[in-house]
Amino acid sequence: MEYQIKNISPNNLEQCIKCTICTVYCPVLAVNPDYPGPKQAGPDGERYRLKNPEFYDAALKYCLNCKRCEVACPSNVKIGDIIQTARIRYDKRPVSLRDRMLASTDFMGKMATSMSFIVNTALRMPLTKSVMDLTLGIDHHRSFPAYSSETFESWMRRKAPDQSRFPRRLSYFHGCFVNYNNPALGRDFVKLMNAIGYGVSLLEKERCCGVAKIANKMVDEARRDARLNIGSIRKAVSQGRPVIATSSTCVFTIRDEYPHLLDVDNADVRDSIQLATAFINRLVDEGRVKLVFRKDYRRRITYHTPCHMQKLGWSIHSVSLLRSIPGITLVPLESSCCGIAGTYGFKKENYAYSQAIGRELFDRIIEAGVDLVATDCETCKMQIEMSTGVKVENPVTILAEALDVEATMKANGVI
Amino acid sequence: MNHCKEHYDIIVIGAGATGAGTARDCAMRGLSVLLVERFDFTAGATGRNHGLLHSGARYAVTDQESASECIKENMILRRIARHCVEETGGLFVTLPEDDLGYQKKFVESCLQAGINAEVIDPAIAIAMEPAVNKDIIGAVKVPDGAIDPFRLTTANVMDARNHGADILTYHEVTDMLMESGRVCGVELREQRTGQKFRVRSSLVINAGGIWGQRICAMAGIKVNMFPAKGALLIFGHRVNNVVINRCRKPADADILVPGDTISLIGTTSSRIPIDQVDRMDVTGEEVDVLLREGIKIAPCLAYTRILRAYAGVRPLIASDDDPSGRSISRGIVCMDHAVRDGIEGMITISGGKLMTYRLMAEWAADMACRKLGLEGRPCRTAEIPLPGSETPEPETGVRKRKSHIIELSTDQKAAQGRHGTMSAEISYNADEDDALVCECEQVSVGEIKYAIKKLHADSLINLRRRTRMGMGTCQGGLCACRAAAILRDETGNPPAALEDLASFVNERWKGMMPVAWGQTLVEAQFMTWLYRGVCGLQPHEEACECETNENADR
Repeated sequence: MEYQIKNISPNNLEQCIKCTICTVYCPVLAVNPDYPGPKQAGPDGERYRLKNPEFYDAALKYCLNCKRCEVACPSNVKIGDIIQTARIRYDKRPVSLRDRMLASTDFMGKMATSMSFIVNTALRMPLTKSVMDLTLGIDHHRSFPAYSSETFESWMRRKAPDQSRFPRRLSYFHGCFVNYNNPALGRDFVKLMNAIGYGVSLLEKERCCGVAKIANKMVDEARRDARLNIGSIRKAVSQGRPVIATSSTCVFTIRDEYPHLLDVDNADVRDSIQLATAFINRLVDEGRVKLVFRKDYRRRITYHTPCHMQKLGWSIHSVSLLRSIPGITLVPLESSCCGIAGTYGFKKENYAYSQAIGRELFDRIIEAGVDLVATDCETCKMQIEMSTGVKVENPVTILAEALDVEATMKANGVI
Repeated sequence: MNHCKEHYDIIVIGAGATGAGTARDCAMRGLSVLLVERFDFTAGATGRNHGLLHSGARYAVTDQESASECIKENMILRRIARHCVEETGGLFVTLPEDDLGYQKKFVESCLQAGINAEVIDPAIAIAMEPAVNKDIIGAVKVPDGAIDPFRLTTANVMDARNHGADILTYHEVTDMLMESGRVCGVELREQRTGQKFRVRSSLVINAGGIWGQRICAMAGIKVNMFPAKGALLIFGHRVNNVVINRCRKPADADILVPGDTISLIGTTSSRIPIDQVDRMDVTGEEVDVLLREGIKIAPCLAYTRILRAYAGVRPLIASDDDPSGRSISRGIVCMDHAVRDGIEGMITISGGKLMTYRLMAEWAADMACRKLGLEGRPCRTAEIPLPGSETPEPETGVRKRKSHIIELSTDQKAAQGRHGTMSAEISYNADEDDALVCECEQVSVGEIKYAIKKLHADSLINLRRRTRMGMGTCQGGLCACRAAAILRDETGNPPAALEDLASFVNERWKGMMPVAWGQTLVEAQFMTWLYRGVCGLQPHEEACECETNENADR
């Protein structure tokens, strides 16, 4: 055969051999029969959409973009990408005010932190929740995370200890949640990195990674943010600073969604964008840093694998680090989707599905009888805390809390 | 399903497009008609062509008569067979290696034949169809389109039945009943049981395509058919949405047609002995030629997954010694054997092409009426739409499954595309009806049930031709056993269900084999695991007798 010798097709949908394994791993299909499932929404549906865009099925909006289908696929079909691209390309309905609000994490965060007390009080009031439910379609069961009175960025600029005295440097991609809602995690990250000899700086400019905008079809806005982020990241990397984030979703989006969903090239810096636990664990593995923990820290915890962490394949790093804390009893937890998928679970029409998807996970967590759930994703944290009542923290916070800072600094020659 | 009277006005042999069209035309003129077919509708050349709604442009330079017939029928089919036609438009492109001088002659000939051919800037052609080779030096726009031969034939058969015709599939004509030198009926063999019986008629119309030579021989009539084999490749998804032809003298692999969810490149042309017409295997050389030439008009074919290969036989009547068979007229041959051979009671309708099936039927029915002394019954097939194409727009009011989703599900949209207005008859009353049988081609349980009840289907291969089930990427990997279960439930106890399943899977494999590399090979291997490993289907020596001769088709 003279032609098609390599038979490597850029038509990724052709790699699908219809084995249907993805369908088994789709968390949505298990609870929502109206969703066609990854195979049909992805490669199967794409054949029809290529024939005529009118075959676009509005039910594709039920896709969580969790990428569990892609992890399951033995033929390397980018099922999630095919679905997201189809939504972007063929769904011509305008983005609703609600979706725009949910997706504009930066804008909403800036507004809210400037008057956090009023906003937090208002967001907690049942009346506000009912009004938002009725007028916007944001489900009344949901609680918005409290907004911080001071952003993490402003804390870094004004109050953070001097970072220039540390022998090594990195840039921190904090993400919207740390900046506006949970600056404590950012402070924990700085504490942890300082203890092992890394000075932390902000990126020159940072915008939302774009995951929420992609999910809500605000692609142009997401692309603008992505270009700005990659520009800042490129600058940091060129100055010898790797870019580290504490959110698995931010890392995943910047590394793996920018090039093909937003057409923003990141090939030159992709390897320098790392998740905190993966970065630290590799250093520990290579013997380049040592972590020393407090003797009095005692916790029974479990680790929840966020979907994007599953896709990155990095939960092993978080789990290994947590295991290295002597006082921790780590209860194994099967990896499954919690159901929130960022802004997805906030939408009234998705609330029931969102909770149904997470049901088994919630039951297992409650059954495990843990003090704390560790996870690298902020929306998983919101979902699990709301649905189980168990406190959830980023592994970085747990590490920082368990750390014997002085001993660690000594062990790493920082002091 | 199969019952018939003792005597008919007309027995039509062969349920390809021509036979089905002839049966419809005769039935609409009030004749009592029996349509007999040795396998299934479209099992011959009708199911093995390009599915191209020819504008006639391709024949304009060499055969004005065919070209002008084509464009007339093209316009008629857009009206009467709306649900079988896709108005894609077509391009005739000139590659750097081709003579641009041919274009002028080509356009002139088209205009002369009444085909609206318009020279356009190559840049505009590339914008119209991005899959076309970017190096083209000339382009002409013509009113080509795509036509689904399966739907077209089925619609004709159904309408013949609506007008009182009886249909017998899997009944082979084994002999002609001759009485004092005239044909007065046929002897039929029920393929599945082997049982033979006779049916009488005032007239037999032989629409057996290339097999018509054999039919004639049964009546002692000698006709020389010219079997020219043409091979085609089916690509896994649509690479083009506009028909692309090469603007040169007709040659190998110079037409790329979008057909439903796929694209087809073809054809080759090679003379084969008449005794080979039942063995249509595509050779490696043919695949090579199709790819080599196909890549020139659409470079993406170099890496696009190929689903399958198949070949058909052009049923042309030999008129000269041209070894390629291409310069032969595609003209219609309608023979009254009383005049030609002195044998009364039989007409042969042959030559022509899918595009002119309706006109061929008209000629045959005109001749039949004349012979039966029933003049004054005009042909109405050019005006009255086929079932499925009746109203300008498909009927609304199909039950929407998803109350909170404003539109139809994909399988409902696909079914509307396949059955036109007839899709309103597909039931979505139970949740199960909207479950999918064929996921690649979006065929629901309801659609399969509809095909079994209304479209004369009682085997998996029948169902494939009625619905596209099993014609998609996985080539029957997932749908065949599901459909087999529905067949069992709907028909009570279908004959030899396991053999049916095996012959379906084997037929799919026959088409995949010539192109079994890359993911197509992986797919075939996966299908083997499914059917042998999971379902426990055993390979068997003799597939169902009646289908063993059936070659791979689309």
